Amino acid sequence: MRIKRVAAVAAVAALALGLTACGGDDGGEGTGSGSKSFAAGSTMEKLNKAQKIKVGTKFDQPGFGQKGLSGKPEGFDVEVAKIIVKELGIPEDKIEWVEAPSKVREDVIVNGTVDFVAATYTINDKRKERIAFAGPYYEAGQNIMVKKDEATITGPDSFKDGTKKVCSVTGSTPAETIKQYVKDVGTQLVLFDTYDKCRDALKGGQVDAVTTDNVILLGYIAKDEASFKLAGANFTKEPYGIGVKKEDADFRSFINDTLDKAVADGSWKKAWDDTAGKFGAELGAAPTINRY
Amino acid sequence: MSQQTVLYDVPGPRQRRITLVSSLVATVLLLVGAYFLIYRPLDAKDQFSMELWGPLVDPSNENFSLVWDRIGLGLKNTLTAAVLAIISSLVIGTALAVLRIQLKSLTRRRFTGLATPVSYLLRGLSVLLSAVTRVCVEVFRGLPVVITIFFVARGFPEFGITFDTLWYLVIGLTIYNSVVIAEILRSGMEGLPGGQGEAAAAIGLSPAQTTRMILLPQAFRIMLPALISQLVVVLKDTSLGFIISYEETLNIGKQIIGALGNPIQVYVVIAVLFIAVNYSLSKLAQYVQRRLSRGRKTAATAGQTAPPAALMSQSEANGTGI
Amino acid sequence: MNVLIDKFDVFAGGFWLTLQICVLAAIGALILGAVVAVLRISPVPPLRAVGTGYVNVFRNMPLTVVMFFAAFGLPALGSNADFLRVPGLEAIFSRLDTDLPYFRFALIALVLYTAAFVCEALRSGVNAVPAGQAEAARSLGLTFGQNLRYVVLPQSWKASIVPLGSVIIAMIKNSALIGFFGVVGDLSATADQLTGAEGYAFIPVAIGISIGYLIMTVPLGALLDRIEKRQAVAR
Repeated sequence: MRIKRVAAVAAVAALALGLTACGGDDGGEGTGSGSKSFAAGSTMEKLNKAQKIKVGTKFDQPGFGQKGLSGKPEGFDVEVAKIIVKELGIPEDKIEWVEAPSKVREDVIVNGTVDFVAATYTINDKRKERIAFAGPYYEAGQNIMVKKDEATITGPDSFKDGTKKVCSVTGSTPAETIKQYVKDVGTQLVLFDTYDKCRDALKGGQVDAVTTDNVILLGYIAKDEASFKLAGANFTKEPYGIGVKKEDADFRSFINDTLDKAVADGSWKKAWDDTAGKFGAELGAAPTINRY
Repeated sequence: MSQQTVLYDVPGPRQRRITLVSSLVATVLLLVGAYFLIYRPLDAKDQFSMELWGPLVDPSNENFSLVWDRIGLGLKNTLTAAVLAIISSLVIGTALAVLRIQLKSLTRRRFTGLATPVSYLLRGLSVLLSAVTRVCVEVFRGLPVVITIFFVARGFPEFGITFDTLWYLVIGLTIYNSVVIAEILRSGMEGLPGGQGEAAAAIGLSPAQTTRMILLPQAFRIMLPALISQLVVVLKDTSLGFIISYEETLNIGKQIIGALGNPIQVYVVIAVLFIAVNYSLSKLAQYVQRRLSRGRKTAATAGQTAPPAALMSQSEANGTGI
Repeated sequence: MNVLIDKFDVFAGGFWLTLQICVLAAIGALILGAVVAVLRISPVPPLRAVGTGYVNVFRNMPLTVVMFFAAFGLPALGSNADFLRVPGLEAIFSRLDTDLPYFRFALIALVLYTAAFVCEALRSGVNAVPAGQAEAARSLGLTFGQNLRYVVLPQSWKASIVPLGSVIIAMIKNSALIGFFGVVGDLSATADQLTGAEGYAFIPVAIGISIGYLIMTVPLGALLDRIEKRQAVAR
């Protein structure tokens, strides 16, 4: 870890002189926004000059990015995005939050609708063909939520006999993964546009299980412990990354540095404790940033 | 109303008694049915608890003002999209209707006085254009609006054209509704008595002038109720904005549900809002229709009013959008 | 364009599922719509109120809301729509008899919503029958039921057929929403599946989906145009 951080600082130094200069200010004050300086022509400089930024996130993911009654999204993804934006020297209220549901995340990055995406965005190779990932900043894993009294579902293999019904969200990674386990998609799989609907279907007994990343499920369980539980252990690894334009390597490594720094100074842990951490999910050790 | 009384006699005393008794029986049966099939199961699931309804109906609830602020924003967005879509659909729809009428008359023209190859070229061109517009109309009328909106929102960025989601929704709705409106107007113009166009030609108006000054105003007048019904359709269709993350009423409702966990209650409120707005619009359409038919009674014969009425019911059904 | 050939089975499967629900919903909506239309013109005021209320509610509500109530309201009422699990039908309509109720819920929503428009189409047909016909029937002493059955409906049927067809076309298009309410694998969900999860290029998929819908809607529309023209001549 130690060595990594030294390497990170070195990388920063190599990147831009100005960056290392403010690398030491602990990301403390967001007020001195104009004072940051970045290499000319870089995305960071452009965003800093414009003093506004568009961030794509989920609006319906409890604990990660959920738009509540205040009309502002809240959650771990949102907090991580705020850390990055602050590091760019842009005040928090200048962020324009754009809803980025699972199926359009690549599109909004490629066509420039948003500057980056933080939306429970699993890093995988297929997506890397179109965009690039900074991070990961968290590692989730797919799991299954069932009713408290359910005993026959113990893991994804329980769907192989073709009787148990499972719900997930259209276009999401978990939905694709579970398709490999179910025997007949037509009679076993239900897809909705939000996990809320899946939860309601599980509660109403129309489906036997809901599958997605464990943290999201833990969020539901925390709200209704009397009804739900997890069935077994995580069966995939879902490292969440920040999605940026594929060719923008500078911006990617800037975000990587920021994430490293946030882990080191505790703001990463604080972001977690304030949001998804309340559901009782383990944060675990910081995942190793994958610089590629 | 008049139609109903045609179907049965004015009830006599015995018939009135029977009606009264059967009305009472029907009411009681309906109420009992509603109680056992709807109220009881919902109550058993605690769906009537103030915990779920409070934020929506109780002004003293801590979330009441927040929730209604959000719903207000949703309504505003819904109306914005609907108004923009209806205006642009009207403009484009009218243009399309005129274009199709003009092209149709052009294909019949012989272009005399021009060199033969040129006249053939012009005729071929107008036939081609006429076919192209026809195909466009058929295709966009035959596609679900959801698909059109989805295609616009996904397709435009592929060509490097990006807008706010509002505009994707407006464009998607416009494509569909302008085609429908064009058809409404076109059938309105074609339904006019042939004498109108002939008289216009006789006093020396060009085809363009005929359309603009004679046919179009009358078609608008006849088709006004159908056009207002189309507005209801557009308003309902804005609810499809949720598939492209536009924050209209239903999408906001979804966010409220995420925060408060009361889906049935929120949807009931949204349904009531939609029904209230659309019901008043349909009433307006009926009122306009009545006024127009009253005004025309003396001028037009029954035979002339019949075709537009038949066309209207069709266009209304066409516009069942979503 | 390869996706159209490579994934032909996916498109065909989606088309087949959409066609299934459309056929079932059309039948259901015609029956329910006829019942509501009779209610709307019946001599018993509460029934008339029910008919009118039904039409006003369902005609003015977005289908998305109706779909929602079918998919989440019915379970809250304690029903999985099991009455639709008609024995024998599952041979053709495989999704009707599954443990997953969402196909049935979507079907109910489409039927409820479309029935309101079917009712209006039928009523416009009844309105097209000259009042003298019903009056003549009444003066012969026919009751309300006899009047409808022997005089009005046989004539109104002709005038209703074109508006009814338009309603059915609209319903086919409306069925594109079922993919958002738990039914996996219909035609419009295919677009999502192929472009989103499987990463195919957007345009060819869009063309494939469009063809699927146009195959259903355009011939029906052309047929209606023909009927309308012939009726116009006959008149």
